[in-house]
Amino acid sequence: MTGNILKLENLRVEAINGTVLVDNISLALRRGEVLGLIGESGAGKSTIGLASMVYARAGCKITGGKVVIEDASARDLTPQERRDLRGRKIAYIAQSAAASFNPAHRIIDQVTEMPIQHGLMKRAEARKWAVDLFRQLDLPNPASFGGRYPHQVSGGQLQRAMVAMAISCRPDILVFDEPTTALDVTTQIEVLALIKRLIREHNTAALYISHDLAVVAQVADRIMVLRGGKLIEEGATGQILRGPKDPYTTALVSERKAADRLSVDSAAPRGAEVLAIRNATGVYGKFVAVNDVTLSVSRGETVAVVGESGSGKSSLARLIVGLLPARSGTVSFAGGALPPALKQRSREQLRRIQLIYQQPDVALNPRQTIGDIIGRPVQFYFNRPAKEVRRRVAELLSQVGLPEDYAGRLSTALSGGQKQRVAIARALAAEPDLIICDEPTSALDQLVADDVLKLLKRLQDELSVAYLFITHDLGIVRRLAHRTAVMLRGQIVDEGPTAAIFAPPFHPYTQNLLMSVPEMRVDWLNNILTARAKLVAKA
Amino acid sequence: MRIFGYRPPLTAWLGMAIVTAFILVAIFAPWLAPHSESESVSDTWADSTREFPLGTDNIGRDMLSRLIYGARMTIGIALITTLLSFLLGTSLGFVAAAGGKIVDQVLSRIVDVILSIPLLVWALIILSAFGSSISALILTVAALDSTRVFRLARAVAMNLVVTEFVEAARLRGEGLGWIMFREVLPNALPPLITEFGLRFCFNFLFVASLSFLGLGVQPPYADWGGMVRENSGGINLGQIAALWPAMAISLMTIGVNLIVDWILSINARPSGASAEM
Repeated sequence: MTGNILKLENLRVEAINGTVLVDNISLALRRGEVLGLIGESGAGKSTIGLASMVYARAGCKITGGKVVIEDASARDLTPQERRDLRGRKIAYIAQSAAASFNPAHRIIDQVTEMPIQHGLMKRAEARKWAVDLFRQLDLPNPASFGGRYPHQVSGGQLQRAMVAMAISCRPDILVFDEPTTALDVTTQIEVLALIKRLIREHNTAALYISHDLAVVAQVADRIMVLRGGKLIEEGATGQILRGPKDPYTTALVSERKAADRLSVDSAAPRGAEVLAIRNATGVYGKFVAVNDVTLSVSRGETVAVVGESGSGKSSLARLIVGLLPARSGTVSFAGGALPPALKQRSREQLRRIQLIYQQPDVALNPRQTIGDIIGRPVQFYFNRPAKEVRRRVAELLSQVGLPEDYAGRLSTALSGGQKQRVAIARALAAEPDLIICDEPTSALDQLVADDVLKLLKRLQDELSVAYLFITHDLGIVRRLAHRTAVMLRGQIVDEGPTAAIFAPPFHPYTQNLLMSVPEMRVDWLNNILTARAKLVAKA
Repeated sequence: MRIFGYRPPLTAWLGMAIVTAFILVAIFAPWLAPHSESESVSDTWADSTREFPLGTDNIGRDMLSRLIYGARMTIGIALITTLLSFLLGTSLGFVAAAGGKIVDQVLSRIVDVILSIPLLVWALIILSAFGSSISALILTVAALDSTRVFRLARAVAMNLVVTEFVEAARLRGEGLGWIMFREVLPNALPPLITEFGLRFCFNFLFVASLSFLGLGVQPPYADWGGMVRENSGGINLGQIAALWPAMAISLMTIGVNLIVDWILSINARPSGASAEM
């Protein structure tokens, strides 16, 4: 069989209000082939993924074009026939496994639901098959794994369980919608390797949707670049990476490649010490979240704290700002010791350390205007008259690259990138010496994140504010940080100038982290897997 | 036409018309009512005539006049009670949510104790002890009703005080007042407004039950709930007198809720939703 198993012809999807979400997209997929769809949010990637199952989200409608699955036009099918098609012929794997599983049911019941519902298997048979799948997917204790509830397993395991769910009916086509975006880099590798193996072993065709070009490069044979619902460029993976034709693709590729290079001179002389943490330990009940950490940040300097989720990065930030009072050790700021708890700190001490959150959506009060949000610190810390506050807000808005008339808007009317700019302006309004950035760009699209990072860098040059930059993204570290601290299980395991951290000899854990970041090479995943296998063989 | 920058739908206009009409009736009752509120002017349960358009009640008072005066008592008491109960319940609920574990435990357990005995029984005890003047009635019902408002306000505020924008305010060094009124309250309004519409109607009915037991609005003053009770005996005899005040209660309830629905439709838009780039 060499024919196309899935074909979209001139697909058009519109929202109820008439906005065109996907415009004139055609694609063809052969058995055993993987097509990568790449673009920012709003590019229509997921909409295309869902449309290939003849499905549109609430409020959207497929208004034109053809969806051909195995030579049958799927848009002409009855709803019942479409239901038979979904899951059986074509299955969907969503970004957030945690949000896609029903927390009230055991995993095995959710994995076996589809074959039972489609009448392909009896219950006992389906359970056996599910256990078999768990084994294929390298899940721990496959026989008993399914008996757990979704919250009892890790994120990576749950993502694999969702893959098991999707292939439980042995579909011919799989749609992966950012399946690794919510995972740590080290976990991402495992899931990626598994997806790749699975596609090969089951000889299925797949659509792989992602915003990360390097990830797509590992699994896809061909790549389609999308923007605003339109096709920008299509080509073989190697060609897109090496010789992109369209300027937008070129920007994406070079932006991603920039992350692989060091761009901060870490040998620059350090200014006066702003923050000094000595042997600080912070606990939640019995759990030691921050263990004997010593770290310092100087004026005009960016110190990155990297590690996987659960490594204690954010707890360290909470310890510095006083939300998690240190049980032992000291935190001193500009020479003077800070009281451990937030409530004991003076207004002036609070003013000089500001925090920027990961999710700008929840960090800004949805019922306050931008002007109120940014103006409040000005009024609170400096007690300026209303007129001067307004002037300062306008100044701050233009400083972070937003139009001044945004002051009257509610934050809900802004995009994610704009909201993060507002959060930065709010931090700047306090005229702090140190800004703690807790993954400020990980909820943003690549190019938007890039702009925010550039803004942070420019502000540092202008105001010589110090940053403590918490992130799991090593690309950002390379670009922004003068010095880097690597955290593992609450402790700093490796620390030094960024150039030294990212050059041999490596600390073993740092090396593992570094190796896990996808690179812009087609063969990266294969190489890394062989390298790992060798390491295991040696041990 | 726009109100506060929003265009109300037809249903909201209807609700506003009903409520406004009732409020006007309540204010201008002495000028509108053809007869006295308390004087027996005809036979018991007289039929509708030109003089008594809605007939008369169980002791021969004009039904229309009593409905008009009743609007005063009923709407006034229910409104003041509900406002008071929200003031009390919301502030205590917020304090419980933000004031730390001990404050929360103390307040919540007190509320649990109050709620463990039916509110009607509480009302009976308090009103028999202190006498049932209208102010005692309002205070008692408001205090009892505030326990339910407390629970809602506490639950809503609990979810809000852990959000990052509240944390940001705490990190800034803001006091409890700012956090409660400027950060939490605006976000807690949608569920509180819905509850207001509901509790307003429940309070009507609660006062009515008390009137029936002789502890609510005292004769000869009219209140709709009491009027239903007084005339309910007539239903068995084929007299529809009880239906008029019942209808007034339903109409007012519907009116209030139509307005509440509209306010909610403005307020309850997904607040975290962001505009696409």
